Amino acid sequence: MSETSHNPSQMTGAAMIVRALIDHGVQHLFGYPGGAVLPIYDEIFQQDAIEHILVRHEQGAGHAAEGYARSTGKPGVVLVTSGPGATNMVTPLTDALMDSIPLVCITGQVPTHLIGNDAFQECDTVGITRPCTKHNWLVRDVNDLAKVLHEAFYVATSGRPGPVVVDVPKDVQFAVGTYHPPRKSDVHISYAPRVKGDATQIRKAVALLASAKRPVIYSGGGVINSGPDAAKLLRELVDVTGFPITSTLMGLGAYPASGKNWLGMLGMHGTFEANMTMHDCDVMLCVGARFDDRITGRTDAFSPGSKKIHIDIDPSSINKNIRVDVPIIGDAGNVLGDLLQVFKAEAKKPDIKAWWQQIATWRARNSLHYKKSNDIIMPQYAIQRLFEATRGKDVYITTEVGQHQMWAAQFFGFEEPHRWMTSGGLGTMGYGLPAAIGVQVAHRDSLVIDVGGDASVQMTIQEMSTAVQHELPIKIFILNNQYMGMVRQWQQLLHGNRLSHSYTEAMPDFVKLAEAYGCVGIRAIKPGDLDGAIKEMISVKRPVLFDCRVAALENCFPMIPSGKAHNEMLLPAEAEDEATAAAFAGGKALV
Amino acid sequence: MSQPASAYFMEDRHDPSETHTLAVLVQNEPGVLARVIGLFSGRGYNIESLTVSETENQKHLSRITIVTTGTPMVIEQIKHQLDRMVPVYRVVDMTQTGRAIERELAMVKVRGVGEHRVEALRLADAFRARVIDATTESFVFEITGNTAKINQFIDLMRPLGLVEVSRTGVAAIGRGPEGM
Ligand SMILES: Cc1ncc(C[n+]2csc(CCOP(=O)(O)OP(=O)(O)O)c2C)c(N)n1
Ligand SMILES: [Mg+2]
Repeated sequence: MSETSHNPSQMTGAAMIVRALIDHGVQHLFGYPGGAVLPIYDEIFQQDAIEHILVRHEQGAGHAAEGYARSTGKPGVVLVTSGPGATNMVTPLTDALMDSIPLVCITGQVPTHLIGNDAFQECDTVGITRPCTKHNWLVRDVNDLAKVLHEAFYVATSGRPGPVVVDVPKDVQFAVGTYHPPRKSDVHISYAPRVKGDATQIRKAVALLASAKRPVIYSGGGVINSGPDAAKLLRELVDVTGFPITSTLMGLGAYPASGKNWLGMLGMHGTFEANMTMHDCDVMLCVGARFDDRITGRTDAFSPGSKKIHIDIDPSSINKNIRVDVPIIGDAGNVLGDLLQVFKAEAKKPDIKAWWQQIATWRARNSLHYKKSNDIIMPQYAIQRLFEATRGKDVYITTEVGQHQMWAAQFFGFEEPHRWMTSGGLGTMGYGLPAAIGVQVAHRDSLVIDVGGDASVQMTIQEMSTAVQHELPIKIFILNNQYMGMVRQWQQLLHGNRLSHSYTEAMPDFVKLAEAYGCVGIRAIKPGDLDGAIKEMISVKRPVLFDCRVAALENCFPMIPSGKAHNEMLLPAEAEDEATAAAFAGGKALV
Repeated sequence: MSQPASAYFMEDRHDPSETHTLAVLVQNEPGVLARVIGLFSGRGYNIESLTVSETENQKHLSRITIVTTGTPMVIEQIKHQLDRMVPVYRVVDMTQTGRAIERELAMVKVRGVGEHRVEALRLADAFRARVIDATTESFVFEITGNTAKINQFIDLMRPLGLVEVSRTGVAAIGRGPEGM
């Protein structure tokens, strides 16, 4: 015993975990204690290199870590107990897997000799999380722990990023073993993501781009994940080629919304000009996006006349939904760098004046138009005012899921990457509030706003208490339409206006709720009050719940209806029809 | 058919299906088979046959041979999805290489007397199946061959008193001097 205590690499499993986190530069940890992680919590208590953020529900820890990761480019780290602690993490793990967000989640497990016995708070964590992680490990021997932890960080952050779980039984946390710092051999040799794109493919891509008459660049979250260089290179590529650019929900901010080549977001609730450009283009360059079903509409009618170039780090994204002509497997930044170099050396800006003229006619349709009102706050107007009030400020936006999320994407202009955190792939209501906490932890002095919905926000509202405890002045800007607006919209369009359970009968008083949590409640009801109230929200240096009462029955347009193609969008003007009107009359018209 | 009311775009895909044999070399570690099988069930891919065994034990490598069916796009997806798993070293499409030998072993139990018994023995001989157990009223045959040959043998045994079949699933290897 005396011998081991002199050897600094000998330590308990619990100490190794904290040590590994420090070795990987972790400064913040989101977690919730329980029996199976107490030895780790004991180690956390005895150090101050890592700040632990205590949440109110493990799902909150997971989304907070996602917000943290997405706004910093660093992995988010979570610590939860066995059984219910682990199962509560399933939603954020799945969310992170869908949106390629690096998370390292450490779960406690019952002691190894009890595994399989239905012990108290036992669950098959690696079994349950296998399909919702990039990889996971159950560590049965303390001498494997250092290697597994280092590999976990590597797998989470390299290649296509994603969540990983390391399940550590309690006896392994107590056991003493040998720790080693991170080294290359910790990683499976079978795991070797490809970073550099194939030179021949890149040449083919450049030739296509150079000969394009009606090109478009369609970028996604992969550009954000690749790091700030990728966004810079993307901007340079747009400048050098003069091509129009659109982006997925996940990719907003990679190219600035104020940039002159910006078409707005594409897809189901994207702009008319973005979707028409995609539909009619002759060459499409997809960077770090995955042709998901909200983007493509009907796949057999998706951009039928174009040659498609697809840059992606994940080979399984290639030809999954849409056949492409020039696949390039590699990191977005790396490939964009090579592609630019070749383009600059061998090609010149193609003349696409006629194409821009065509695009101008689509733009002129003004697809984001909505009816202004002097009596009630239109949700789109609320986002526009929020954007104006925060323009030029150091601001981060998260969202919940629903109409408000789409309005935020449509009406808030993002100028930089890493400023926009939303649950894209999984569409998780309850994501935005804890995600805002994670963002604020990473950026203490920035303005962090969750654009929320009245229904979504109630899924993780308990995390307001976390914000208060850790003095995180997040702003929850609720577009309160008293409906699950997005559900109602689909019911109006597809289910004969039968608004089955999409109306919230008993809405809490968000201002009183804010006060109960010890934060600040603000309410705006009239358009005239809005600017003042937003100003107040921004100036308050405490967490705020902002109850923005908006037009109850407003719907989100433009829209690609189900089973339709990009060139069959429903525009707001066409949507003001009887179906919608009837729902207005029959529904509970709350303002 | 008209589009049902849905938030998803529903399409019928009518591409013809193909059958492919994939050889997957993996790190032999706990859960690796569950990962591979989970991928197939989770993403709705078919498994027609699956054979697993450790093949290089000092390196802890196992070889999984999977026979699957799908459209060419799905087959391509399956290979990429397998390949990106952390403990997977290599995925080789044995069907695509066009140079693979496939074998399966089956043990086939047949019960009967008189003419049926004689006929079963005669057919077994024609198929080069060996008798590995016998009683006065039964045989267990061992037969090796490709899937089609074994299916054919089993079909022939059915009217002769087929009781039970145990099959290993397909193992495959490339022809010629090169390894996978
Ligand atoms: C956890 C979860 N459950 C259910 C859904 C389905 N869903 C999508 S949007 C939505 C309504 C959201 O309502 P609200 O937060 O008020 O936003 P609004 O659409 O009214 O802006 C629902 C129920 C979901 N996305 N996530
Ligand atoms: Mg709502």
